[in-house]
Amino acid sequence: MSAEYHIVVCGSVVPDPLQTLAPMQGPTGPGLKNELMLPAVLDPFAAHSLYEAADLAKKNPGSKIWLVSLGNKMKLQQLMMTIAQKVSFELVALDGSASGFTDSFEVAEVLAGAIENIAGLDRSKLLLFGGCSSASRDAGVTLQMIGERLGLVNQFLAVDKLTSEDGGNLRILERIEGGEYQVSTCSGPPAVMGWATGNLPEPPNNPQVGMANMRTIMPALQKATASQVGAAGMTFEKVELPSQQRKTRIVKDTPVEEIAREIVAWIKG
Amino acid sequence: MESILFLAHSQSDGTLPKSALEALSAALEVAGKMSGGGLSVGLIGDNIQGAADAIAACGAQKFLAVEGPEFSVSRYGSDAAAAEALVRQSGATLVLAPGTSRFSRSLPGVNQRLNGRIETHVSGLDCAGDTLKLQRWYYRKRMEATLTRSQRPWFVLVDAGVFPVWEGEAGSANLEKVEVALDDDCKRTQVVGVEAPTSDAQTIRPDAELLFVAGAGWTKKQADGEIHLKDAENLILGFLQKSKASLGSSKSLVDQSCEGEAVLTFMSHLNQVGQTGATPRHPKGLATCCHGEEPHVVGWRFINERRAISIDPNCGWAIGKADVLYVADAFEVIAKVNEILES
Repeated sequence: MSAEYHIVVCGSVVPDPLQTLAPMQGPTGPGLKNELMLPAVLDPFAAHSLYEAADLAKKNPGSKIWLVSLGNKMKLQQLMMTIAQKVSFELVALDGSASGFTDSFEVAEVLAGAIENIAGLDRSKLLLFGGCSSASRDAGVTLQMIGERLGLVNQFLAVDKLTSEDGGNLRILERIEGGEYQVSTCSGPPAVMGWATGNLPEPPNNPQVGMANMRTIMPALQKATASQVGAAGMTFEKVELPSQQRKTRIVKDTPVEEIAREIVAWIKG
Repeated sequence: MESILFLAHSQSDGTLPKSALEALSAALEVAGKMSGGGLSVGLIGDNIQGAADAIAACGAQKFLAVEGPEFSVSRYGSDAAAAEALVRQSGATLVLAPGTSRFSRSLPGVNQRLNGRIETHVSGLDCAGDTLKLQRWYYRKRMEATLTRSQRPWFVLVDAGVFPVWEGEAGSANLEKVEVALDDDCKRTQVVGVEAPTSDAQTIRPDAELLFVAGAGWTKKQADGEIHLKDAENLILGFLQKSKASLGSSKSLVDQSCEGEAVLTFMSHLNQVGQTGATPRHPKGLATCCHGEEPHVVGWRFINERRAISIDPNCGWAIGKADVLYVADAFEVIAKVNEILES
C-alpha cells in the first residue's frame, strides 16, 4: 500500500566543488571573490535529497515535489537548465543571497515563510527534505530551524535511507558516530529528513522531464520574491584560506621493499 | 556577564562520550577567561547520576539534569525538549556542547525555540575580554573564519578532537532534576537500534592512529591491462586488519557503487572523505591510488602527517599537500607492507 507525500526539498546553488575559492571582504561582510562568475551546482547533499525525493514520489503515486531555492535569480535559472532535466518538481524561487556567510537563522525564516505560502501543500503529508549540511555554510542547522518554524518535531539528520513501510510507517537510517547507522521508525509524515548521500545515483538527463518542468520553472523564476538575508549580529573578524603548502619529498626509483619498510616504520613510529 | 551552560548527553552505557569531555574542557576554558562567567552543567539521559559524578570536580556551580528512560535514546523530539528545559532553567547566555550526531540533530531546533543563534563545527575558541570569538570553517573546510555574535542565547557546538579531554577526580554531584513532559507527537519517532553499514568488515575507526585512503585507481586496469578487484579487496582489508587503520575513500570510488561499476564491496559512502564526505581527524594518513586536488585537500585537512603512493610523480593531490610521495605501484607496495606487518 502506498502513501501520498508532499515533499518539499530545500536546496540552493553553491560553487562547483572543483573550483578554487578565495574569500574577499565586501561592503556587507565577507564573500567569495568573483562569486557570481563561479560555475555553480545544486548543493551536493541537497541534490541527493532531491533524487531520493523523486524515487520516493515514484514509488508512491500521487506524491508531489517542490524545490524551494534561495539564490541569485540568474544563477538559479542557470542551475535549472540541468537540474530540471533530472527530476519532476515545482520550483519555489527566492531571489537573494546564497552566500555561506549569511546567517542560518535568517535563511530558515525566509525558507519557512516560502513553504508556508505554497498553495496546495498539505502539511499532514509533508516531508521536508534537504541536505544534512550545505557546501557553503556547512553548519547543518537550517533544516531543523525550518522544521521548528513549521511545528515539525520528528526530525532526522544525515539520513542515508528512508523506507515507506506498509501501514504508513517510515523507517529511517541516520549516520551516527563510528560509521554506524541509527535505525528509527516514525509513524508517517510530517517529518524532516536532512539527507547525507543516500544510495541513489544522479538521474540521467531526460529532455521530456525538462520541458515539462520548464513550463512552471520560468514563471516561478519571474515571480521570485526578493528576499533579504544577511548576518545581523555577526561580526567576522577575518576569513582566510589555510596555508596548505607542504614540502613534498618524492621517493622514486626505489625498490618496493624499501618503500614498504619505510612506510611500516612510519606507521609504527 | 555571560552565564555558561555545558550541555551533554550520556551514552548507552551511562557514561559521557569523549567528545563531551572535550567540550567540557572548552567550556571551562571560556568560563575561566570571562569575568564572572559562572558555569552550569546540563545533562540528558537515563540514570545520569554516574555521568554527573564523573565530572563532579569540574568546578561547575550547578548540575541540572533531565533524566528518564525516554531521554536515553537519541531522538529529536525528546532531546530538543530536554535541552530546551535545561537552557531555560539555567538562564544560560552561552551554551557549549559537543557536536555529536545527537546534538547536531536537536540543538539547532532548540536554538530556534529560544530565538537564539547557533554555530556548529567550531574548531577554536578565544576570549578577548568578555567577548567570545570562535573559529569555524566555511565552504567545506576550505576557508576559516573568526567571528563573534551579539545575540543570546548563543549555542556553540564544538567539533571532536579540538580540545583536550577533561580529566579530573570523580565525586558526588548534587543533581537538580528538571522535569519535562513529552507530548505524543514527540514520541512518534521510535529508535529501533543501531546497525553497521552493509560491508564485510567494520572499516571506520575514528580513534585510529592512521587513516588509509583508497582512490579509484584500485578498481582501474593495471599494468597487465586487467582489473584486479579481488586482489585490491584482499590487500586493503589485509592492511586494515594488520595496521588497525581507518578506511577513507575518494568520492569517485564510492560513487562507482551507485553507478553500477566495479566496486570494492566493503566501501560505502560512509567511508568518503572530502568535500561531500567526512573530514576525519587522525595523526597520520596514507593515500593510495588517489587523484584530484581540491576535494582531497579538504578530506585531509585535519590529518597531521600525510604520505601518498601514486604512480604519477606529478600527482596534483600529493605535491605540496603530502609530506612524502612514493612513486610506485600501490598493489605491490601494500602487498609488501602487509607481508612485513604480518611478520
